[in-house]
Amino acid sequence: MGDTTEEQVIAIVAEQAMLSASEVKLDDNPEDMGLDSLALVEIVFSIEETFDVSVPFNANDLASSEFDISSVGKIVEAVKALVAAKG
Amino acid sequence: MTRRVVVTGLGVVSSLGLTRVEHFEGLKEGRSGIGPLTITDADRLSVKIGGYADAFTPEGRFDRSDVSLFDRTTQMAVTAADEAMAEAGVELSEAEAVRSGVVIGTALCGMETVDSAYRTVFQEGKNRVHPFVVPRLMSNAGASQISMRHGLKGPSWTVSTACSSANHAIGQAFHMVKSGASDLMVAGGAEAPLVFGVIKAWEGLRVMSRDNCRPFSKNRSGMVQGEGAAVLVLEEMGRAKARGATIWGEICGFGMSADASDIVTPSQDGAARAINSALTDANMAADEIRYINAHGTATAANDKTECAAIHQVFGPAAPKLSVSSTKSMHGHAIGAAGALEAAACLMAMSESVIPPTINFDEPDPDCNLDITPNEARDADVSAALSNSFAFGGLNAVLAFRKA
Repeated sequence: MGDTTEEQVIAIVAEQAMLSASEVKLDDNPEDMGLDSLALVEIVFSIEETFDVSVPFNANDLASSEFDISSVGKIVEAVKALVAAKG
Repeated sequence: MTRRVVVTGLGVVSSLGLTRVEHFEGLKEGRSGIGPLTITDADRLSVKIGGYADAFTPEGRFDRSDVSLFDRTTQMAVTAADEAMAEAGVELSEAEAVRSGVVIGTALCGMETVDSAYRTVFQEGKNRVHPFVVPRLMSNAGASQISMRHGLKGPSWTVSTACSSANHAIGQAFHMVKSGASDLMVAGGAEAPLVFGVIKAWEGLRVMSRDNCRPFSKNRSGMVQGEGAAVLVLEEMGRAKARGATIWGEICGFGMSADASDIVTPSQDGAARAINSALTDANMAADEIRYINAHGTATAANDKTECAAIHQVFGPAAPKLSVSSTKSMHGHAIGAAGALEAAACLMAMSESVIPPTINFDEPDPDCNLDITPNEARDADVSAALSNSFAFGGLNAVLAFRKA
């Protein structure tokens, strides 16, 4: 796993999508990558464990969730914000 | 001759009340049994609400030896069964006892016992737990204790199919009486899952609401867990009538299906097949049904899929149905859910009141049915369905007819 937040998030997403990290692009979205609802929940769990943060994600309400998962890049940004907020 | 199966006794424990009467009153008033949880370590939970039956305590209900043997799940199962048997007014001869059994649905096991024993060995570092941990926690404890208290010596077992457990239990008991394998069955469900470990596990799935249970409402935010038990006494109709028993309603059909698709995501096809199967088993046309007690968990996926399945089965008759999710009031009691909801169907038919879906704020175009928003409704309910669709895709639907 790489050192930067972006590399770490990509590695987490790639593992769930069963891709190599080099195949994951920042503008990929979860649906196109074949990630179902269980895979998303596992990604959120991995992010929480890796970065020691709590991710505000409710599978019932993706639209108004504070945690944007619409693309890999958005997930990276959201994780950076959570890590920054932790101080 | 075709044997018919009627309900002659009904007992309930839920966050709405500790007796059938209190539960019915709660359903009619549209009362919420959901509130803040005060269980051990609630401060470490992100989901801090539930349909907890605060007033239910073992003290005064059970003697000392029973308290040490009964998990909260069993306490609730036994309390509901005692009420059901007292209402039914059944006295069994030895010959009748061996043809009478008990089937209880429960998704988990005695989780209060598990949680507490794990704390003892893992958290407190002790090397000894209470000697009755095993008989307390085993999934069949409730069925066994009921059989012992009421001398039910016939076929008896426990069913575990997650959120469909109670409907599978009642449906199998219905089959036993209908087929002639038994003359009387005590059937229902019990679950007491509101302990730290269970809620922590559910938090992980990200389908729990942190504020309230709003089935079918556009702003629904997930399920809220409840607890409780409901137990029905099922008897062959001729026997019940001959002894002059009060008849709450008839169970006339049972349908089961497996989605065979996904471990958590519901399937419209699987749900529709279970509903159709119950109607066929009951020899009922879709337009005979007046009320459906929905599975209605208030997750985004369930409510949308369930409404689509109802439209698929009922077609032009769908808009005339009254549908409600009583989980909005008592929470999702998991393995007990179908039994609490059978009670709601029996109330709707015997007292001509359809219980509401409370906390309804905003229509959802994906849930375009009359979901009986916020207030109970007076109606003559000649027939009703109760849906249960479980994690794991195992579906069970009961069909009821007014007595």
